[in-house]
Amino acid sequence: MSWTLVFVLAGTAYLFKVLGLVVIGDRVLPPVLSRCLALIPAALLAAIVVKDTFSTGQDLVLDARALGVGAAALAAWRKVPLIGVIVIGAVVTAAVRALA
Amino acid sequence: MLRDPRMRQVIGACVTLGFAVGVFAITFGVSAVSAGASVAQACTMSLLVFTGASQFSAISVIGSGGSAASAFGGAAVLAARNGVYGLAMSPHLRGSLGTRLVAAQLTIDESTAMAVAQDDPEHRRAAFWVTGASVYVFWNAGTLIGALLGSAVDPAKFGLDAAFPAAFVAILFPLLRDRVPRRAAVTGAVVCLALIPFAPVGVPILCATVGVLFGLPAPADDADPAVAR
Repeated sequence: MSWTLVFVLAGTAYLFKVLGLVVIGDRVLPPVLSRCLALIPAALLAAIVVKDTFSTGQDLVLDARALGVGAAALAAWRKVPLIGVIVIGAVVTAAVRALA
Repeated sequence: MLRDPRMRQVIGACVTLGFAVGVFAITFGVSAVSAGASVAQACTMSLLVFTGASQFSAISVIGSGGSAASAFGGAAVLAARNGVYGLAMSPHLRGSLGTRLVAAQLTIDESTAMAVAQDDPEHRRAAFWVTGASVYVFWNAGTLIGALLGSAVDPAKFGLDAAFPAAFVAILFPLLRDRVPRRAAVTGAVVCLALIPFAPVGVPILCATVGVLFGLPAPADDADPAVAR
C-alpha cells in the first residue's frame, strides 16, 4: 500500500468533516440535497456488507462468511449490542470454517 | 457535573462504546497488515483518517488487488457522510474555531449517534466529546495491537474477515426501520452485487450510491411520516 493513498485519504476525510461542521455549519442545505445525503450511510453500508460477505476480489462466493454475517444480522435484529454482534459474526464464521 | 446521575450514565455508555470500537480496531490492524500495509501505515491511517468505514473499505480494496484510485474512491465516498454528521452536529458544537477544528476530526458515526440520542443540550455535547475522545484513544490503541499481531494471526482462522460486515450489519439495522432508507439500502446492495463480477474492485461500492436517489421525491408525497426526518 502506498503512503500517498494514506495521506490523500487522510486529507480528504478531514476535509469532509471540516466542510460539514465548520464551513457549511448550520447553513440550511436545499432539502432535496439533505434528503439524498442522509441516505448515503444506508446505501453504502448495505453495499459493503454484501461485498464483504459474498465476494472475494471479483468472484461471487458463498462460504462460511454468509452464515456468520447471517447470524450477526439475526443478533442485530434482536438488538444485541455492537460488540456482541461483531463477536457472533466472527465466531460463527470461524466455527463453520473449522467444521467444514 | 458528575453529580448529575444521568450525566454519569451517559459518560459510562460513551466510554463503553469506545472500548468496544477499540476491540474492533484490532481487527482493522490485523486486516490492514494482511492486506499489505505496514504497521506504520495502519497506525497513521487510524490517527489521521480516523473514520473506520473508509479505512476498512480502502484496505479491503487494496487487499483484493484493486488500484489505489478505486481504494480511494470508495473510501472517500464513505468519508463524505462525516460531512453530513458535521452538519447535524454543528448547532450543538459552538465554540472557537480551534475547538471546532478538533471537533471535526471526532465527527464520526459513533460520536454523532451517541450525541443525537441525548435530549438535553449539555448531555448531547458531553456525549459527543466523550465518545469522540474515547473512540479516538481506543481505536488507535487497538489498531497498533492488531497491526503488531498482524503477521502472527491469520484473520480467516478467527473469522475476523466476517467481523467487519457483521459490525456494519449492526450499524445498518436501525437505519432500515424507515421505508426510504430501506429502499436505498436494498438498491445499494443489489447494484453492488450485480457489478462485482464485471467492474474493477471498489467500483461497485461507488455505484451503490445510486441508492441515494430515493431521496429525490419530497416526503410530502409519501404516506410514511417517519421518512420526513
